[in-house]
Amino acid sequence: MEFFRIRRDIPFMRHALVFNIISLVTFLAAVFFLVTRGLHLSIEFTGGTVIEVAYTQPADLPKVRSTIESLNLGDSQVQNFGSSRDVLIRLPLGEGVKQTELVDGVFDALCKAEGGALESRQGVSDKGESISKRVCAAGAAEPVSLQRSEFVGPQVGKELAVDGAMALAFVIVGIMIYLALRFEWKFAVAAIVANLHDVVIILGFFAFFQWEFSLAVLAAVLAVLGYSVNESVVIFDRIRETFRRFRKLAPTEVIDHAITSTISRTIITHGSTQLMVLSMLIFGGPTLHYFSLALTVGILFGIYSSVFVAAAIVMWLGIKREDLVKAGSKEIDPNDPNSGAVV
Amino acid sequence: MNRYPLWKYAILAVALVIGLLYTAPNFFGEAPAVQVSSGKATLKLEPSFAPRVQQLLEQAGLKPDFVQFEGNSVKARLSDTDAQLKAKDVLSRALNPDPSDPSYIVALNLLSRSPAWLSALHALPMYLGLDLRGGVHFLMQVDMKAALTKKAESLTGDVRTLLRDKNIRHAGITRDGESLELRFRERDTLVAAQQLLADQLPDLQWSESADGGDYKLRGTLKPAAARLVQEQALKQNITTLHNRVNELGVAEPVIQQQGLDRVVVQLPGVQDTAKAKDIIGRTATLEVRMVNESAEAREAERGNGPVPFGSERYLERNGAPIIVFRQVVLTGDNLTDAQAGFDGQTQEPAVHLTLDAKGSRIFRDITRENIGKRMAILLFEKGKGEVVTAPVIRSEIGGGRVQISGRMTTAEAADTALLLRAGSLAAPMEIIEERTIGPSLGADNIAKGFNSVLYGFAAIALFMCVYYALFGVFSTLALAFNLLLLVAVLSMLQATLTLPGIAAIALTLGMAIDANVLINERVREELRAGAPPQLAIHNGYDRAWATILDSNITTLIAGVALLAFGSGPVRGFAVVHCLGILTSMFSAVMFSRGLVNLWYGGKKRLKSVSIGQIWKAEDSGGGKKPAKA
Repeated sequence: MEFFRIRRDIPFMRHALVFNIISLVTFLAAVFFLVTRGLHLSIEFTGGTVIEVAYTQPADLPKVRSTIESLNLGDSQVQNFGSSRDVLIRLPLGEGVKQTELVDGVFDALCKAEGGALESRQGVSDKGESISKRVCAAGAAEPVSLQRSEFVGPQVGKELAVDGAMALAFVIVGIMIYLALRFEWKFAVAAIVANLHDVVIILGFFAFFQWEFSLAVLAAVLAVLGYSVNESVVIFDRIRETFRRFRKLAPTEVIDHAITSTISRTIITHGSTQLMVLSMLIFGGPTLHYFSLALTVGILFGIYSSVFVAAAIVMWLGIKREDLVKAGSKEIDPNDPNSGAVV
Repeated sequence: MNRYPLWKYAILAVALVIGLLYTAPNFFGEAPAVQVSSGKATLKLEPSFAPRVQQLLEQAGLKPDFVQFEGNSVKARLSDTDAQLKAKDVLSRALNPDPSDPSYIVALNLLSRSPAWLSALHALPMYLGLDLRGGVHFLMQVDMKAALTKKAESLTGDVRTLLRDKNIRHAGITRDGESLELRFRERDTLVAAQQLLADQLPDLQWSESADGGDYKLRGTLKPAAARLVQEQALKQNITTLHNRVNELGVAEPVIQQQGLDRVVVQLPGVQDTAKAKDIIGRTATLEVRMVNESAEAREAERGNGPVPFGSERYLERNGAPIIVFRQVVLTGDNLTDAQAGFDGQTQEPAVHLTLDAKGSRIFRDITRENIGKRMAILLFEKGKGEVVTAPVIRSEIGGGRVQISGRMTTAEAADTALLLRAGSLAAPMEIIEERTIGPSLGADNIAKGFNSVLYGFAAIALFMCVYYALFGVFSTLALAFNLLLLVAVLSMLQATLTLPGIAAIALTLGMAIDANVLINERVREELRAGAPPQLAIHNGYDRAWATILDSNITTLIAGVALLAFGSGPVRGFAVVHCLGILTSMFSAVMFSRGLVNLWYGGKKRLKSVSIGQIWKAEDSGGGKKPAKA
């Protein structure tokens, strides 16, 4: 089987202007939504409390909402999570409320609303591990149970936000240094612009849809950043190689040829990674949902930006054969492990 | 050309065997077990305790798979949950004659079912994170400022004593936050004091200033000393937490330092945060009282008479009763430090105590009046007291530095010092992060993570095999080998597996296939250019290598950044991601090449390679004539 039966080089660069305008519009839209709507940061960054409870019957959200509101805990959010029986409650950091007693207080109130009372139970799991938990008992039934809770103090949230920004900066600087060592400056600039444009667009998606931006999503963004820079590297390598092999081609033709000859690898590789990500999206449940969404957006725009944005920027920057020939005599050194990386 | 020397095959074979060995324990699952640990701070388990547990179980007709001493608990693995519950009852009854005051904690636990010879090779299963097994997680912030203030407070006492001993007249000593301030009327006395203090208290650095007619000397902790204070405070808090958490009977609590001033507490299987917080937050108290050595008390000690009025009966650590007065001389609040060490003259093991200013004064008075008598140091936990040590007072002790020595081994001295410190937290702590995960949610997460990897892998494998034919099969095997190695390395490192970790495994596999796609595409390209099959394979692998290296470097940069700045679950993600990139380089290039060499390498006149259909634009001349190379 062979998907890519390409006879002639596809003239990608003829349409570079169109693609760049599309990119620019998407980018500006992303920035616009980031500024106007902002990211819906998870409590890992903002601090606060999340409580996940499971009801035996489909949950009555208005009732849960009014129960929570009666506790006067500030601006709370109540929503379904995964199924109609699971409810996720988000509570902000409040002044004067003892955060560490919040979860018990809320669960107690929810339990009372269902006509039950809290009690501590010691038990043994069917595997033989002892478990002690607080259950809401109403007779023999257990109308609501605490699935998960999370409290993050304000100082931790602030720290995580700072650390996250540091990690992002570290990746960008690291990749820039790497690219500067590996290529001419024009390539380095093009690659970093293209991939930052990816990052902003992923963030834009999260801002537009108000998807929850958590630590895991940040990890996904960084992972995909490293991954798609590599895509640009492969295409640039091929451009350099083509400049050397075909002396008569014009720069646009060289770029077209380079993209055309790597497109099969690009799509198959990303397709395979996307298969895995899709599997996480489908089977990974709500915890991995936004993580895999970020990866999906990142992978799709990674292909797009490497092919159309990075190469086009190199073209606008006016890459010439002379740029590479100077360095060329050194770089043909066969002992250099980085020479002639081609696909 | 496509042949590996024997040693390369040997490396691959060894990697395969190691991979299988260390991955294996993860598949045996877990068996029910009971765990016996000490229920009292004053009781320490010894390795010799294991045979006793074994004996008790065998007497009850139970046959444990094994009984072993590990860390500071004894674990016995049993065949099923019925035997486990029975074993728990048997052990509780035999070891704790008085159920209201248990000396040992018998808890239910899970142990790996993997055979003993695997465990002997340190091939252990990965530890499951709380998000996969359920439990509570606390992140606690230690108030280091309070620890430093406490240290400054005790140094203030030291300074006062030193100056008085040398008859240096000062105009006042005050503590200002974490530093001391001394005032002098004359400059000469200041110089004398500074010399003395610099000599005697090496932890402080002094700076001099004039304030009106007075001379001021300001002492601050040297950075190294301050760091030491903080480290010790953290260590002491961790020890104290260990003692308290033990009481919960949690099978495998995790209590770890995080950063400079934080402690992570993870209690698997506990969902009752209220109870956990209650126990973690409780303080044990230390009291110093005099021993009643009157004739009636002696009788009472032997059990022949009533305990005299105003006295109480307690047990020493060796179980001997002792009668002490009710009146409390000192409490743990006055004790600033306790360290094990050696007597300066006799070189006997000793425990050195440091008291604060108020404590020193009281202690000097009480020792002066009671030379030759015994005093008892009691530790109260859960409302019950126990005598840690009851030394005889040999002489008046001033200056707040107390030494307890005689009839002690080094280990006992260390234990006693620990106990004296364990009474209280060195610095207050505050919970700044709390997470609870229900056990059903944990099991759910495992299934979801596992399914993601499984179906993702299957989809990629199917695609590769169809698209690249036999080379796709090799690629799939290489990917499976990568997974095997990754799990083996994680198990070897005893990494904690979390849901983000599983996600990282999935993502890394998805990215790792890139290397094989690169190779296969390159081989096809060589074939398309008309290279003979053997040469095409050789060149394909050779030329793809540089690109593979490249692609992994950028991904690794991102992984390292996450490792450096990430915390908690993201760190888990980063560790798996970075390790996965490294193992993928080995498996995708060397292992798949090994397979190819094994299959094609020996064939001299190789006509075609099974790498799927290759379409040649040049040959076809516009028509569709796929060429099979």
